[in-house]
Amino acid sequence: MEQASLSIDAVHAGYGDFQALFGVSLRVDPGEAVGVVGPNGAGKTTLLRVISGLIRPRSGNVRFAGQDLAKVPAHTLPALGIAHVPENRRLFPHLTVEENLRVGAFTAAARPHFEARRDHVYTLFPRMKERRHQLAGTMSGGEQQMCAIGRALMSGPKILLLDEPSAGLAPLVVQQVFDLVRRIRQEGLTVLIVEQNVAQVLRVVDRAYVLETGRVAAEGASAALAADPVIRRSYLGGH
Amino acid sequence: MDPFLLEALVNGILLGGVFALPVLGLNLVFGVVDVVWLCYAELVMVGMYAVWFFYSQMGWPLPLAFAVCIGLVAVLGVLLHLLVVRPLLTQPPINQVLATGGVLFVLQGVATLIFSTEFRALGVDMPPMEVGEVFVSGTKLAAFCAALLGAGALWAFLKFTYVGTAIRAIARDREVMPLMGVDPQRIYLIASAIGGALAGLAACLLIVQLDVHPFVGLSFGPITFMICVMGGLGNMLGGFLAAFLMGLIISVGGFWGTTELSYVVAFAFFIVVMFIRPQGLFAR
Repeated sequence: MEQASLSIDAVHAGYGDFQALFGVSLRVDPGEAVGVVGPNGAGKTTLLRVISGLIRPRSGNVRFAGQDLAKVPAHTLPALGIAHVPENRRLFPHLTVEENLRVGAFTAAARPHFEARRDHVYTLFPRMKERRHQLAGTMSGGEQQMCAIGRALMSGPKILLLDEPSAGLAPLVVQQVFDLVRRIRQEGLTVLIVEQNVAQVLRVVDRAYVLETGRVAAEGASAALAADPVIRRSYLGGH
Repeated sequence: MDPFLLEALVNGILLGGVFALPVLGLNLVFGVVDVVWLCYAELVMVGMYAVWFFYSQMGWPLPLAFAVCIGLVAVLGVLLHLLVVRPLLTQPPINQVLATGGVLFVLQGVATLIFSTEFRALGVDMPPMEVGEVFVSGTKLAAFCAALLGAGALWAFLKFTYVGTAIRAIARDREVMPLMGVDPQRIYLIASAIGGALAGLAACLLIVQLDVHPFVGLSFGPITFMICVMGGLGNMLGGFLAAFLMGLIISVGGFWGTTELSYVVAFAFFIVVMFIRPQGLFAR
């Protein structure tokens, strides 16, 4: 079980002169769902981008399943079992839903499983099946989020990284997206989810980290964080 | 209908088919790599020499000369990418255009050194065919069919394969591709090889209609770029349709006036289109 865990150790990272992360450490064990919450600009997206190799840490370690991720090219990470649903979904709007799924199954290891996984995605999201020949860019925000998650599942990941899945969605749709995350979890997938919607995400994850200006300000079990007076005041609108 | 006008229309469509291949190749490379290969027509020129050399000088069977030509120009496309384009990928676009423009003159110069400026003809011709009231050149018809087959094969590749789908995806969003397990550099190489292969196929279809000389690229290069821009640079379908539109304008223009005049009309049409729709006729 130790093998498929994700660990981030004292990571410093940023863009050009701007430093976004200052010695962030966190850990996700297999089968766990972990949240990273915090205000806009806290470095949450940067953290996910460091994990999936889109930017390299200036110092510190990122390890998954015993492998040092800083040493392998970003495009080899899906084959290692890491799937990243990026901020703003980043679907290919001019491709159909099914073509988006096909791009998600690009790796050599994923191609033989394309049909089985596609059908599984369609059972998870029956709407995707209805819209499989529709251009992804013509769908609603919620459907696009479902499609982006489906595309990530096509690589057969061990861990799913979700960047603000609720951003820009109506409350009812946010609910649907989190229900979906819950179902994906129940299938045994490890999930790391970055969110501003703190109240919602704490109901889905086991543990969470609070990220503020690039540093871990608090961490703990979801229930404990949800009950913490400081967290309640800052993030949950409580008193 | 006037049979001669009908013939001009048919010839325009046949001409459009031949324009379509280099237009698709250029658009493919531009859409994926985001670099315009200014020396594209000269890649075709090299391919035309290859067919002429292997068929007329070495006595190889024509299909073999064609196959070697397509493979050779595909390799040339890969080399162009590796040696010229890739080192300049992070440079401003103008540097990339100038560099591939430099390759244009290098290829013209090398061709002149090796083959001199003499016009070389393949000397194969198929008998004309009578379709209804219209006489059609058998060679042109065969070239047109081959061009359509090439375009169809490209379409099927882009539509139904993993790599083809990734090529269409990367044209829109490069940065996200590693998250899909796609190495963009590898896709660039594949697109460059296919772009080269399309130039090679175009060379096979042109050498049977046109004598080759080091500057033959000038006779179809400018119009190829014009069609690409008119269809919307990087837009494969737009370029494909614009190729036929231009073929028709040139052919029908030649029917009412002279061939020289028809090219003037075509360029004038292009300029008018650029004023009205600078993003291209078929841009969405």
